[in-house]
Amino acid sequence: MIGQIIFIILLSAGGYMAFKRFQFVRRNILLGRDVKIEGENSERWGTLIRVALGQGKMCSRPIAAIFHLFLYVGFVIINIEVVEIILDGVLGQHRLFHGIGSIYNWLMAAFEVLAFLVILGCVVFLYRRNIAKLPRFHWREMTQWPKSDANIILFTEIALMSAFLKMNAAESILAARGVEHYVNLGTLPISQFVTPFMDGYSDGMLIFVERFCWWFHIIGILAFIVYLSYSKHLHILLAFPNTYYSKLRPAGALDNMSNVTNEVKLMMDPSAQVTEDPLAPKKFGAKDVADLSWVQLLSAYSCTEWGRCTSQCPANQTGKLLSPRKIMMDTRDRMEEVGRCIDAGVSYDNKSLLGDYITFEELWACTSCNACTEACPININPLEIIIDLRRYLMMEESQSPESITTMLTNIENNGAPWAFAQADRGNWTQE
Amino acid sequence: MGHHGRLRKPTEAIGHKNKVMAEFQVRTMADCMAAGEAPEVLFWVGCAGSFDDRAKKITKAIAKILHKANVSFAILGSEESCTGDPAKRAGNEFLFQMMAMQNIEVMNAYEVKKIVTGCPHCFNTLKNEYPALGGNYEVMHHTQLIQDLIADGKLSIEGGEFKGKKITFHDPCYLGRGNGEYEAPRALIQKLDAELVEMKRCKTNGLCCGAGGAQMFKEAEKGNKEVNIERTEDALAIQANVIATGCPFCNTMMTDGVKHFEQEHVIAVKDIAELIAEAGDL
Repeated sequence: MIGQIIFIILLSAGGYMAFKRFQFVRRNILLGRDVKIEGENSERWGTLIRVALGQGKMCSRPIAAIFHLFLYVGFVIINIEVVEIILDGVLGQHRLFHGIGSIYNWLMAAFEVLAFLVILGCVVFLYRRNIAKLPRFHWREMTQWPKSDANIILFTEIALMSAFLKMNAAESILAARGVEHYVNLGTLPISQFVTPFMDGYSDGMLIFVERFCWWFHIIGILAFIVYLSYSKHLHILLAFPNTYYSKLRPAGALDNMSNVTNEVKLMMDPSAQVTEDPLAPKKFGAKDVADLSWVQLLSAYSCTEWGRCTSQCPANQTGKLLSPRKIMMDTRDRMEEVGRCIDAGVSYDNKSLLGDYITFEELWACTSCNACTEACPININPLEIIIDLRRYLMMEESQSPESITTMLTNIENNGAPWAFAQADRGNWTQE
Repeated sequence: MGHHGRLRKPTEAIGHKNKVMAEFQVRTMADCMAAGEAPEVLFWVGCAGSFDDRAKKITKAIAKILHKANVSFAILGSEESCTGDPAKRAGNEFLFQMMAMQNIEVMNAYEVKKIVTGCPHCFNTLKNEYPALGGNYEVMHHTQLIQDLIADGKLSIEGGEFKGKKITFHDPCYLGRGNGEYEAPRALIQKLDAELVEMKRCKTNGLCCGAGGAQMFKEAEKGNKEVNIERTEDALAIQANVIATGCPFCNTMMTDGVKHFEQEHVIAVKDIAELIAEAGDL
């Protein structure tokens, strides 16, 4: 009974903390301006199923894809076990689902294999990050926190899965000894190799181990859910909406700004009939996170900081300052900062995404080649953020490299980026 | 300092007069309208194709191919202007939309239905960014149209001097990743009986030449290498005889890259249209 009360208190506290954090995240995303979501919903679901659920874009790097698949499938399916743990905890039961028959033991066996694969995946990923030191995990933007974040997640997953296996091992021995409550789980594929180490334990010790692992597992998961909201690991939830809302048009297409369209129409024909777009942004381009769309902000929270974008970026590969991953990380950091300011009742902190986080030099290193958007396994688009920031620089602050200003003047005056006369365009036909 | 940090300008004239252009007259839409004709295809030449001496050769090759295949086409000539692509990518949406609306006005007045471009940037902009501003056309990149002409039996191509040569295709970002067209240019290379060889980074994984996003018109930001040098190394590594391109800007960047390594006598940089025109002795 006391166990049930403690469990319910923990569950409620964990749930409440997670709720508050997710509310914070949601509010921050909605700081972004509203946008019209175009295209067929069916096509959007298709993208979600192919890219997020089906992990379709992971395959370009097979080693990471396989081990990530272990973590992904393992983590999703083992959550069925969490449902049982929660019900057991609330109702004061033990292995509630065992009553469903032999399928329970089959499921448990499958969970064990998955748990083992999750541990294997985590070990491989820890190796890649900390021992093999893959370059993309050690670039400039990978400061202490992003590095620790990745390691915390991997170690936590190993600990959670180990607790699950140890819990089953203890259960098996207790059941074999005929201790009350404990159920026969059959021959388990992984924990049978753990039982020999625990054979010498007394019943009391085994019950302690079993209970300890059970509590550790559920408290660990509750803590992990709260931790998610601070971490890049948020992608396990947000990858789904992020792919759903990702761009359906060809990667090369940029949107036409509707607030510009009206001005240009009126400029060309003062009597033109223009309809105001209620969603038209107030500014031309983006200076801070609130000038970006909520879809762009959602994608910043979805970013897993893998750095595939950066490792494919031509500017980054040739030593320029630009890193598409940093664009996303900066957007998220700034969004959190703005969120904290709002919560503290400070409306203006004299900082902005443009300038304080992302610099002119980074923005102007981009070739708009779409290597980053192609590389992202969950369809994040750093390029459109870069373009929105360039738009602000150009249209609100008239800032651009000098030669770009000359190029634009040429286009305006003679319809070409170079100073050739438009009348000479057809000269090649006579040469 | 040679190559590094040099601002790219259009290539200078080399005094080469193309005799073949005299064999037929490329007409403008205005000429056609005056004659009461409506050509099927508008050949959108683009700024590089109109003014850059290297790119003009590509333009002429495309014109010759269209002529050979009896395509009814015309250009806008002095009525064409920049699509606005570099302005848009530089962040100047005002200038982009001004250019777009002016161009749309001209094209709609001529009732243009189908456009072929010699440049993937023009192709992308006309195809993807003009419709919302009232410009709805069927837009094709020249490699796509040439592939269609062959499929329809209107054009046949032969290997000629490129038969058996190792040719690699450098995917232009705005044709490949930008619009998903990887196959048309490769199919044409194979039709030349050449050996199509791929660089280690190709198709979706292809490396940019460094010119996109208005970079063509400015100094590169500080770094340890030029993007076109990095890309040229990919092509040199597979010992191709020809780097085939589908974009006048890629062509400039790759040509500069090959010159940087002083390999211009070993490896040629040519647009697919030029390969076809030269192989067919057009």
